[in-house]
Amino acid sequence: MENSREANTQDVVVRTVDVAKQYGEGEAAVRALNGVTCEIYGGEYLSIMGPSGSGKSTLFNMIGGLDKPSEGSVFVNSVDIAELTARELAFLRCHTIGYIFQTFNLITVRTALENVTLPMLFAGTPPDEAEERGMELLDLVGLGHRYHHRPTELSGGQQQRVAIARSLANHPRIILADEPTGNLDLKTGQEIIDLLRLLNRDQNVTIISATHDHKMLDVSDRIFHIRDGKLAKIETKEEAIASGHAAA
Amino acid sequence: MSEPSARAQFKNVDPPFWVAWNQALASIRVRFFRQLITSVGIALGIAFYASMQTLRIAESSLTKDDTKMQWLVATSLLMCLVGVTNSMLMSVSERFREIGTIKCLGASDSFIVRVFFLEATILGATGSFAGATLGVGLSWIAARASGADVAFADCLGITLGATVIGMVMTVLAAVAPAIQAAKMPAAAALRVEV
Ligand SMILES: Nc1ncnc2c1ncn2[C@@H]1O[C@H](COP(=O)(O)OP(=O)(O)OP(=O)(O)O)[C@@H](O)[C@H]1O
Ligand SMILES: [Mg+2]
Repeated sequence: MENSREANTQDVVVRTVDVAKQYGEGEAAVRALNGVTCEIYGGEYLSIMGPSGSGKSTLFNMIGGLDKPSEGSVFVNSVDIAELTARELAFLRCHTIGYIFQTFNLITVRTALENVTLPMLFAGTPPDEAEERGMELLDLVGLGHRYHHRPTELSGGQQQRVAIARSLANHPRIILADEPTGNLDLKTGQEIIDLLRLLNRDQNVTIISATHDHKMLDVSDRIFHIRDGKLAKIETKEEAIASGHAAA
Repeated sequence: MSEPSARAQFKNVDPPFWVAWNQALASIRVRFFRQLITSVGIALGIAFYASMQTLRIAESSLTKDDTKMQWLVATSLLMCLVGVTNSMLMSVSERFREIGTIKCLGASDSFIVRVFFLEATILGATGSFAGATLGVGLSWIAARASGADVAFADCLGITLGATVIGMVMTVLAAVAPAIQAAKMPAAAALRVEV
């Protein structure tokens, strides 16, 4: 286990080079990101920490191809995503990245199972195969028995589990989670964190998670600290434990 | 740095037609009351226009001078246009967030527009047809009561014309904001709160 993690260190899945993002113009301009250069390794569990407004969600959007940087570049699997057409970006979002949001963002008019199978249909998976895998994924997150319920009939924790199952639909390399436990109580939040950690270990999927949640730090391999749109500090798990942040 | 070979495999094909169709149907079924209200809004606008059109024919059979009625018909068409556009813009902008989410799941822009096109076609067709029938029917009764006559062929023509006009208005008013939403960066669509 430790050995494979060591080997993964060479495998960079996301690289940002001097990424800056400015919202607005002139007087009203906000520089949400101000030159972030970093490398994220395949199979790691990375937490992005920082105070509110420091630019975590903005970085999340840049890495996930949900928005374009004002300056600098983002490489996902060594492809510069600024060079991709709208259609190629859709492909990247479909196959390479899974997204999890603080507000769950399930499609409210579809059932849990349909939410999980939709990305597979976008990927061209035959419907019966998609349904089979959808049920497997719902079982994996412990919601197999609620497959025909719509999001409004599920609790917050259950909705987030469906969102996790959905993010795994097309075997992504990367799962991006923006404060996945932000709207959940302590216990449910811990369950979601444990589930993400399990997926990270078992399926070797890279997890990148913006968070305020100190429970998240215990499971992270590395922690990026963001301050005022800059990458202030990168801590490994060992350093975090030594400095007392992640002491259980 | 980015090799073309890595990009070459980025071949995104749209899912089969029924995926968009199911999404549109689910959206109508689950949001039934919201969609019903939108549809009634369309129906009322079209009913107004269709009844004015019918009354114009009735009036011209009596007086042979329908310039005044032509103005009324034009006005009713304009009001109907504003009403339908308003209903559709509201119901699409409520759903920017959903559009952003579907984009995150890997939907192409054209898939999103297709879903809204199908929904608007269904809503527009049912709402406009109901409204046109209602408007023409009521005006026909009123015209008969006041001694004027409107030929059945005219009634049929007005009903069909009003239905088509209503459908086209509805589809345009839904698809224009849907295209705009589909083209914006997913992050921006996700931020829209209603
Ligand atoms: N679309 C936008 N338009 C204008 N300003 C924005 C926009 N998005 C973010 N900002 C600004 O950019 C800065 C960084 O925002 P961001 O959402 O990335 O913070 P965050 O670290 O995720 O905060 P939180 O922990 O509260 O979620 C903030 O000052 C915010 O006001
Ligand atoms: Mg945020």
